[in-house]
Amino acid sequence: MTVSTDLSALKRANWSEYVVRFLFGGAASLLAMILAKRFGPAVGGLFLAFPAIFPASATLIEKHETRKKRAAGILSTVRGRQAAALDAAGAVLGSIGLAGFALIIWRMLSEYGTGFALFIATLTWLALAMASWTVWKKNAWIKVKSKRASER
Amino acid sequence: MQYLSRFLIGGSVVCLFAALADVLKPKSFAGLFSAAPSVALATLPLTVLADGKTYAAIEGRSMLAGSVAFLAYSALCSRLLLRYKFHAAPVTVAALLIWLSISLGAWAMFLR
Repeated sequence: MTVSTDLSALKRANWSEYVVRFLFGGAASLLAMILAKRFGPAVGGLFLAFPAIFPASATLIEKHETRKKRAAGILSTVRGRQAAALDAAGAVLGSIGLAGFALIIWRMLSEYGTGFALFIATLTWLALAMASWTVWKKNAWIKVKSKRASER
Repeated sequence: MQYLSRFLIGGSVVCLFAALADVLKPKSFAGLFSAAPSVALATLPLTVLADGKTYAAIEGRSMLAGSVAFLAYSALCSRLLLRYKFHAAPVTVAALLIWLSISLGAWAMFLR
């Protein structure tokens, strides 16, 4: 399956959902700073990788998918949970990139300019996340093909 | 003022990544953006300005432990949602305890 965009998803989204995400994101940023001031940067830094919006995003994905299926006359909630689980699987791969981002910040920030270190760290996150996703997707496809072959 | 700017910038960057995840397909690819370094991108430049680069680099080292905890957290959420009939909200909120335990465990063992 190839990657694509669906801009109509923005129109379907309820603005209150973005307000919730804004509040969670703002609160996580504040929490990281307050904990760093109170307990030091070693504790505050942990919260830079806090899953701030993941619970809200996964819940909204499940809600949207379930609503879509209900509109099509399907009452099962399985599809909603599956969509949320797939989002979580993507987050597993994204967190590999997140670790790469953190490593670059740790090793490069003291020696290079802040903007440059952040730029390289962001590129590292993107590259690692996409490479992990590509490998995962390829393996998933191979598994599906071998399962189909064994069923024949 | 610093609190307000952190809150506003943090919220905005998180919303930006959330919007990006909303328009991307398939869901597993969009999920990559659930683990985007949004909070870090929003707060690290402000941390460097207020406390210096060394302070921010120490935060980066701890973030590495936090991201390992994030990996375990999201893997657990994915597994629970696929295997059992739990809804996303209770699973993803309750599993935050796993993130917290692994993060604080790593801090106590390696970073303190």
